[in-house]
Amino acid sequence: MGFPHTPHERETLVLSEYFGVREAISLAGYKQRGGYAALDKALRMEPAEIVQIVKDSGLRGRGGAGFPTGMKWSFMKPGDGKPHYLCCNADESEPGTFKDREIMRWTPHALVEGCAIAAYAIGAEVAYVYIRGEYTEALDRMNAACKEAYAAGILGANAMGTGKTVHVYVHKGAGAYICGEETALMNSLEGRRGNPRIKPPFPAVSGLFNQPTTINNVETLVAVNHILIKGAEWYRTFGRVDNPKSTGTKLFSVCGNIARPGNYEVAMGFPFKDFLYDLCGGPLPGREFKAIIPGGISVPIQTRAEAENSPMDYEGFVANGTMLGSGGVIVIDDAQNLVKQIARAARFFAHESCAQCTQCREGTAWTTKILERIVAGDGTHEDLDTLMEIADNMTGKTICVLSDSCATPVVSGLTKFRDDFEALIKRKKVHMVPAQVA
Amino acid sequence: MSAATHQQFRYEPVFVGKRKEELDELLTRYPTKMAALLPALWIVQEERGWVPAEGMAEVAHLLELTPAYVKGVVTFYTMYHQHPVAKHFIQVCTTSPCNVCGAEDVVNALLKHTGCEELGVNSADGKYCVIEVECLGACGFNTPLMVNERFIESVTVDSVPALLASLG
Ligand SMILES: Cc1cc2nc3c(=O)[nH]c(=O)nc-3n(C[C@H](O)[C@H](O)[C@H](O)COP(=O)(O)O)c2cc1C
Ligand code: SF4
Ligand code: FES
Repeated sequence: MGFPHTPHERETLVLSEYFGVREAISLAGYKQRGGYAALDKALRMEPAEIVQIVKDSGLRGRGGAGFPTGMKWSFMKPGDGKPHYLCCNADESEPGTFKDREIMRWTPHALVEGCAIAAYAIGAEVAYVYIRGEYTEALDRMNAACKEAYAAGILGANAMGTGKTVHVYVHKGAGAYICGEETALMNSLEGRRGNPRIKPPFPAVSGLFNQPTTINNVETLVAVNHILIKGAEWYRTFGRVDNPKSTGTKLFSVCGNIARPGNYEVAMGFPFKDFLYDLCGGPLPGREFKAIIPGGISVPIQTRAEAENSPMDYEGFVANGTMLGSGGVIVIDDAQNLVKQIARAARFFAHESCAQCTQCREGTAWTTKILERIVAGDGTHEDLDTLMEIADNMTGKTICVLSDSCATPVVSGLTKFRDDFEALIKRKKVHMVPAQVA
Repeated sequence: MSAATHQQFRYEPVFVGKRKEELDELLTRYPTKMAALLPALWIVQEERGWVPAEGMAEVAHLLELTPAYVKGVVTFYTMYHQHPVAKHFIQVCTTSPCNVCGAEDVVNALLKHTGCEELGVNSADGKYCVIEVECLGACGFNTPLMVNERFIESVTVDSVPALLASLG
């Protein structure tokens, strides 16, 4: 498959410019390519100025929810006498998503730099990068990058000679999807089980170690480097002219039944149809796309028609029955049993539920059981109604949205691909009749 | 019990010398001792290959926690082994994105070529154990798997025999 692929001419390489360039991994190589100029600039600015630039750029969180980054940072009140913390969410466990991994593998210093800038902007002296334990290579590269940055005086008590204190520490997770949820991540970092916390209080008021905390995704933080150097206006030039709400470039991870899986970076608003057929090479020989999940397994499934009509930005995906989410594009073709894959997704959520909430603990387990029964040919029409009822009970009623995420593929699958479910149930009837006659 | 056997079963502390220094450095990074729990457990697993009860007790003592608390945390996370594992502990992703690309066939090929009778059960020679895991965050590299702490991408049914041979 060749990773990273040779970039397509229609990609816009900002964050991924050095993917595959071995020399850019080291501090010397990163600096040669302009690295740490943004941090040097930032440390000589007022924190409020940095927050304003990020606000003006229109940057929104790349971890899934799309919250405006500058606004999130402005909730932190510098000078309140409390220690502030930055958490970088590098837990990347959303099935279909593997972009943060490539950022850390090829440009670890870019993430160190982004963390340092964000920490300074929100009045924090310490940033923790929480990396999932399975990412052994990313962990090695990030640890090595921090070590180099400390040795070069970029991090520490006199960061880049400015007299300001900035620490960046790598923290290794230990296997739990739920630790990607922001408050679960904080509990985990504190040395607890990764259970999400009830909100409010929100992290900006009481987060890590009960202090004001900001949490951002890897890709969000790395984008800030470029915004500081090239300006908010430049960042806003990427996107649809008629949609100022989604700006900049976005990394999309592409996997499943498609000719060229991999990571691609495009300007917000890029036509999804061109993306799938032109950049990613379309379906495998002799097959057709059946269903597409564009934002990680937690977002609604799209039909091929919906996908082909979508501009790739927050609003464009919502208008076409789904969400941008984490940008993990999962392609399922006509050779697959879609219901089996929805059942497998449900099993994922049942495995990953932290079990604090009844609706989630029971709902994910029942959903999996019923779906697996249908796949095995033992389902009934009643089961389909029961699935919808359980999904309804699982939505909007729990501490975090993992529960909702499990309901999402079930509801979108049943609404848009009901025939696939019906076919499995009918097959059972055909099979039952002769048995009864006998 | 003879002195010799007693000796054999005595737990040697993990946090001595370099490993103790490592923990002391870690403690400077956080405002609480408890926050060093996950990193400390990783050190135990790196040294012993798994996290024995004595290791949990040692960590608990050093971080001023109770062993029961530490155990409660260990059991939450899938990557800490609570029992010794096979020499080659093979964890294959079979979540939907990998599943549509044939991850289950890779699992079956691994079972066949390692001689493991079932998932999660060691091969007769104790060398291999194969389990299914959830998304490893490498969904474009079908099929990704981990052998102990080593990440391996793009494993196919055909590449399984060569992969196993390379493990030794
Ligand atoms: C169950 C669950 C899992 C999540 N996993 C991740 C993850 O792996 N990485 C991530 O950046 N955000 C993840 N999020 C979103 C985070 O809670 C949070 O919104 C995000 O890290 C904020 O950063 P951003 O504003 O830069 O996007 C997850 C959310 C939920 C509910
Ligand atoms: S919704 Fe599920 S994962 Fe989230 S807190 Fe409740 S039980 Fe835990
Ligand atoms: S689904 Fe297999 S690595 Fe993500």
